[in-house]
Amino acid sequence: MFEYATAAVEGALAAGATYADARAVVSKQESIDVQNQAVRSLDRTEQAGIGVRALIGSSWGFFATADISRRSAAAAGERAAEIARASAIVPGDPIEFADVDVVRDTYETPFVEDPLTIPLSEKVDLLIGVTKTMQGVDGIAIATGNLTFYDTNKWFVSSQGHRIHQHLVESGGGFDATALGERESQRRSYPQSFGQYETGGYEVIRKWDFAANAGRVAEEAVALLTADELDERETDLILEGSQLALQIHESVGHAIELDRILGWEAAFAGTSHLQLPKLGSFRFGSDLMNITADATLPGALGTFGYDDEGTKAQRVPIVDHGTWVGVLSGRDSAAIAGLPPGGMVRGDGYNRLPMVRMTNVGLLPGDSSLDEIIADTKDGVYMATNRSWSIDDKRLNFQFGTEIAWEIKNGKRGRMLKNPTYTGIGPVFWGSLDRLAGDDEWIHWGTPNCGKGQPIQVAHTGHSAGPGRFKNVRVGVRG
Amino acid sequence: MSRASQLTEQVLDLVGDRAEAEVVASTGNLALTRFANSFIHQNVAEVGEAVSLRVAVDGRVASAKTTTTGSETLAAFVDGALETAALQPVDEDWPGLAPPRAVPDVVHADDATYDASPQARAAIVKDFVDSGPGMLAAGYCQTEGRSIAFANSAGQAAEGRQTNAIVDGIHQTATSAGTGHAASAAIGDLDGAVIGRIAAQRAIDSATPFDAKPGEYEVILAPEAVGTIAIFLAFYGFNGKMLEEGQSFVDLGTKQFDERFRFWDDVTDPRALGVPFDTEGTPKRRLELVEDGVTRAVAHNRKTAKKAGVEPNGNNVPGAEGWGPIPTNLFIGGGDKTVGDLIADVERGIYVSTFNYCRILDPKTMVVTGLTRNGTFMIENGRITDAVTNMRFTQSFVDALGDGKILGLGDDARFADSEFGPGITIVPTMHLGSWNFTGGAEG
Repeated sequence: MFEYATAAVEGALAAGATYADARAVVSKQESIDVQNQAVRSLDRTEQAGIGVRALIGSSWGFFATADISRRSAAAAGERAAEIARASAIVPGDPIEFADVDVVRDTYETPFVEDPLTIPLSEKVDLLIGVTKTMQGVDGIAIATGNLTFYDTNKWFVSSQGHRIHQHLVESGGGFDATALGERESQRRSYPQSFGQYETGGYEVIRKWDFAANAGRVAEEAVALLTADELDERETDLILEGSQLALQIHESVGHAIELDRILGWEAAFAGTSHLQLPKLGSFRFGSDLMNITADATLPGALGTFGYDDEGTKAQRVPIVDHGTWVGVLSGRDSAAIAGLPPGGMVRGDGYNRLPMVRMTNVGLLPGDSSLDEIIADTKDGVYMATNRSWSIDDKRLNFQFGTEIAWEIKNGKRGRMLKNPTYTGIGPVFWGSLDRLAGDDEWIHWGTPNCGKGQPIQVAHTGHSAGPGRFKNVRVGVRG
Repeated sequence: MSRASQLTEQVLDLVGDRAEAEVVASTGNLALTRFANSFIHQNVAEVGEAVSLRVAVDGRVASAKTTTTGSETLAAFVDGALETAALQPVDEDWPGLAPPRAVPDVVHADDATYDASPQARAAIVKDFVDSGPGMLAAGYCQTEGRSIAFANSAGQAAEGRQTNAIVDGIHQTATSAGTGHAASAAIGDLDGAVIGRIAAQRAIDSATPFDAKPGEYEVILAPEAVGTIAIFLAFYGFNGKMLEEGQSFVDLGTKQFDERFRFWDDVTDPRALGVPFDTEGTPKRRLELVEDGVTRAVAHNRKTAKKAGVEPNGNNVPGAEGWGPIPTNLFIGGGDKTVGDLIADVERGIYVSTFNYCRILDPKTMVVTGLTRNGTFMIENGRITDAVTNMRFTQSFVDALGDGKILGLGDDARFADSEFGPGITIVPTMHLGSWNFTGGAEG
């Protein structure tokens, strides 16, 4: 496939591009959905094509085609150059590219069991089994389970000489139980809402032991129907790991995207409350807040060998003991900011323009444990598993809902509470972080549905987290 | 015969008599010119073909999709889908294929849009940018053209062309932003300067905002905000699967809304976008969802219709196995008041240009949280007095439209962007009696 990507780059250069790169991509996806012991859908999708980027003067053009041939690829390069020329009708400042090593390399996700060769019947039986277990609990109306596997091959070529092949394997899934009341529905999910996704093979699914957790999840969903509502008040809030992971994703991960900081996403995804002159001095949180963007974490969903500009995967400090020190960047955005490129530019398939995306943006662990944190909390609430998420366009004001909560009184977990929500302002909230669990409870949570860009792109990102406590948080906001 | 129809025939021939089969093929292009900081920074286009196939072998169902459409590849693609289906348990709810039926004779397509050049999109962007001197502009201009063909082994076949052209953007001052939006099947209908001036004026008017106190307010919701209400109602409520599962608030035949509320889906309206059949080949028709406040119907595909004992109404969408059938040509009935008249009726309230990042807390109550964005204003004694910083709300959309809650409807129904994207809702400005703002966006 290198020859087609090369033809696309050559086509763009022949049409006047000063820089060009191209990706030939073949991606396979298998998705199995089961509801109430019946297969709701079984989809296999294959996408293949070439996307080429051309730079002329200060303007970019991008063109993609599903027709994989040398002739079509060269024509795609020419079209990308034509589009770049049209961009110059409304031109910007000259574009510089931060230097990276020109690499010829290969990378493959380490995996044990190729998920696409595991018999379909084994996967279907697993999901039918967990939905059967959940339906066995009185009061469960809807029990669903899902498995999705991704197998992606990418061949990247640039006019600077890059030539990189990557084979990425991602696996994930989960299940949930829904109980219906008179005028409400209550749901519990496992391992987290929308499932847990990691780089790796079918061993990821085996590790999470779906069967052992189905009954508990269903019982909790039913119990929520008769649980008390969480009252609106300020209190100490303990977040379970997957909810803390989403908190990182929304209020830190997006805020540190350099394209947002530079205004490139102003009309759609939004901007950021972070301003580059404050890089290195802005207090984002408490001393316990240490965050990195690390695309090299084994097994995490945002792990790869090279990004879609040919920059090697790396670990970048983002928040150091509460101080904001890093951003997510690509070669052009990093050059504007005067920073080294972070290797965080990825495109969703062959037909989408690579853009700044999160890799694995996660917390470093603390030295406590969930049990210790609860024991140390006189009056508070423990919330688990995301149910809703909303945050403003500067990534400051958030309101999250979780599936379930428990009252904490005098160091003990008490009554179950339903419809829990909490709200706050990012840096104030992170400033109140005062306890974090340690390595034993740390998980590389995966988010397989991060939307950004126009046309919309979906990225797979990772967020390492465990349980943590935040002081004096407003909880229980309802309409 | 179009290339899309050739593909559907080719795939059906490959399936032969081995299974029931339905095929959707599309060919065409999508191009989007994106700008920020008042210059074009991302400019993309793609051409391609896609084939979706669903097969049922004695009730064992499987689906497959591919963008690789060469003859040998398609043969392997079909064989793979059949092999997958054979391994499946029987789907007891398999509704069978759509029977042969004529589809409405409507076409929402425009040749100039289908073939729109990057220069044409850039010219619209330039007009938008130039309409806000001294401000930073951001947004996009999109054109899309597709031929879509459907065929199944029961003899149903349909074909259509569709185009869309959209300009959407903001102008920004140092302290504010204002938005403008237009959509049509024809790029010739887009005037970047007009939309840009609307955005620029909103930005200028909201340049010195203050923090309003959270609480209950009367609201004037511009079409973008109303469009988000419409798509949330459709997705979570007027959805045959959500209703069948008991997750929808919908109670058919009951007066659940203010009597002024009229809500329907209609691909045959000349203003609409899309093709007049769904991905199961069922013809679309006008569907009255709410008449004079009374809930009348929900969207169905073949499976949900079979379970409900009604006829499918052409609202299957990709992914409907999971989230259910969704109507995608939504209208809310307007009134006879200008926006100025609606504002004049408000003693104290808030004008909202757009909502942002809305998420549902519970589909049965339709409680949603989200924020305002790109132009929020205080109304006092019948006129806009000040700009307001963005606010968070937590509000049941059904309760907000309840009996006696709609105080006025504008005469300005138009395509409005929404939380789920453009080209779906044609709605007016709306005056509601109460909206629950729970906090300011910046604390």
